[in-house]
Parts: sequence; structure tokens; C-alpha cells
Amino acid sequence: MANPNKVDVAVMRSMLSRARGLGAAKSGTAHWWGQRVTALALIPLAVWFVATIIQLSHQPRAAVALWMASPIHAALLLALLAAMFHHMQLGLAVVIEDYVHANRTRVGSLLLVKAATGLLFLASAISVVRLAVAG
Amino acid sequence: MAKFSLPANSKMVPGVTHKAPAGAKRVRNFKIYRWNPDDGKNPQLDNFEIDLDACGPMVLDALIKIKNEVDPSLTFRRSCREGICGSCAMNIDGGNTLACLKPIEECGGDAIKITPLPHMPVLKDLIPDLSHAYAQLRSIEPWMQSDTPPPPDGERMQSKEERAKLDGMWECILCFCCSTACPSYWWNGDRYLGPAVLLAAYRWIADSRDEATGARLDALEDPFKLYRCHTIMNCTETCPKGLNPAKAIAEIKHLMLERQV
Repeated sequence: MANPNKVDVAVMRSMLSRARGLGAAKSGTAHWWGQRVTALALIPLAVWFVATIIQLSHQPRAAVALWMASPIHAALLLALLAAMFHHMQLGLAVVIEDYVHANRTRVGSLLLVKAATGLLFLASAISVVRLAVAG
Repeated sequence: MAKFSLPANSKMVPGVTHKAPAGAKRVRNFKIYRWNPDDGKNPQLDNFEIDLDACGPMVLDALIKIKNEVDPSLTFRRSCREGICGSCAMNIDGGNTLACLKPIEECGGDAIKITPLPHMPVLKDLIPDLSHAYAQLRSIEPWMQSDTPPPPDGERMQSKEERAKLDGMWECILCFCCSTACPSYWWNGDRYLGPAVLLAAYRWIADSRDEATGARLDALEDPFKLYRCHTIMNCTETCPKGLNPAKAIAEIKHLMLERQV
């Protein structure tokens, strides 16, 4: 809860000192910009992906593998995955920073989100590479 | 973690009703938040029936009438009664605004509900504790900072175009309607500066006479102080002076980027 009067020990601390807090972290711009760039990148990538999946939906596995063997297709797929999971991580981090106030839970859940999205990205990227390379 | 109900001593209980005088023709109900730190009771909503034929047109007129004629213990801030001091900011009919600028006619519903500015500690009745918001304002150093001394024969010059950049910002009266309407300020007000203070910060960043722009941006570049703004726009929606704090915040973010790319 945003209660500026709730302090742990230093009850005599001035209001200005509490407002200044620990100062500016000198970060946040990259996070904010990254969210917007990945969101923009996801628009064409997602449209392309859905259109392609519809085309490939009734093809046999060999045809899909052949399509994915093209470096451009594989690269675009990897770009889609990278943008998507990065965007997901950035967005979930904002939600956690907004709503989770207990320090340990906050840091823990931020790390958990990073780990989960990172692993999901790696797993899906490996699947793409395997299909593209091994067929 | 999130709490899903109010603490027991914060729960609202039914209040008392003050009837309108007999013979009143145009009666309007005002349901007003009451809490007294000294009596140990829970907050309550008192209902005041007001004869609009014997009352001024604004919500503040009704509040003053209640204090003068019905219940002198009703506590609220007011001073200029013309929208320039920012004292009578409160939540009226579901929105933060100035009681002196809000016509009773414009309030919908059966009863006009009046509560203090949301999510601030309450001192008494309609008076919120704004100490933290004021300290946050002070933390952004809202005064001119310039290494170049002013010319000995006069004031610092500014072109008309440079001066025009301050329009829409100098008008802010610091009533904190916007900050207390912002969910991000509700959840993280201890660290997030809120729209009122960020508008004040940008007012000095945009001032052509100020030479501390870089230091001002440095002091704001923080995931909480600035980037808790998620462009919810409640600030702009609620501003009783018709200002646009959300735009000022967007300009700050834009400058943060501009100095990096």
C-alpha cells in the first residue's frame, strides 16, 4: 500500500527524504522503449505467422520442414519468438512491479518470469532450428 | 500483497440524515464522508438534505451552507472559491474535482456522494494528508536553475514561442486531483511521482530559461518515479483546470529517448 507514513524504523525521517527515497535508478527508458519496439515488431511478424500457418495447416510434415529450411523463414520465426517472449517478459515485469509490493516476492517473481520466458524461448527456438536443419 | 478488504476500523458504516427544513421545494441529497480521528468511530456517510432554492449553484456552496447552518463540525479545505487555490479538491459524484468549480446541476444520481481525494491518508472528513505529495513536488526542485546570471539591467529574456511552451503547465494549481485519480499513484505513490508532480517537472524542463534540463531528466529516469505512468489518462480526464498531465509525461519520456538515440 502506498502509505508514505509507514516507515520501518526511522520515524523521524523528513518527508522530503522519504520522497527522494533512494534516488533515481537511471534506468527504465530501455524497458519502456523495448516494450514499444517489440509491440510494433510483433504486428507484421504475427500477421505473417498466422497467414503462413493457415497455408501450411493441411500440409504433411515434410512440406513444413522444407518450408522451414529456408533461412528467411527460420529467421523470421526466430525473430517472432524472440520479440514475443521478450515482450511477454517486459509486460509481466511491469505487472509485478505495479502490484507486488513485498520485496522478496517481487524480486522472486521477477526472476521467475525472466527464467520462464527465457526457457520457453529457448525451447521453441530449438524446435524451430531442429525442424529447419534436420527436417 | 494485495488486500481484498478494508481493515475493520476503515469500513464505512451508515451515517445520520439531516432533514431539509419543512417546506423546501428543491431538495437534493448530499452524502458526505465523515471521519473524526478523535472519536474512535468508523468512517460514515452522512446524508444532508439541502434546499437548492436557498443554496448557491456550486457544490462548495452546499458544503459551506452545511457547515454554517446544519453541522459546523463538517471539515473541509476551501479558500478562494473560484478555482485558483486548489484547496477544495475532493471526489464529487465519482470524480476528483474542485468543489468550487463543480455545479450541483452537473451531478447525476439521486444523491451527490462526496468523499476525500482517493487513496490518501485522511486527516478528518474531507481533508486528505497531502504531505507526501508536497514533498514529492519539492523533490523535483520546481524553481528556476540557471548558471548564467541574469542580465544586470533586466529580466531573463524569452521569445514568445519559448514562452508559449509553458502554456498548459503554468496554470496547474496543485490540487492533486490528477495524482489521486491515477491507479499507478494509488498502488505505488510512495515511489511514483504522479501526474501533478511530473507536470511540474516538465514545466521546468520545457522552460527555455532553465539550464538544469539534463539534471532534471537524470532525477526522473527511474522505473518508479517516472515509468509507473502507463498512459491510463485519468489525470487528463479529471483535471478541473482542463490541463493535460499525460501529455507532459509523454514529453518527458520522449526526451529520455531523444537523449539516447
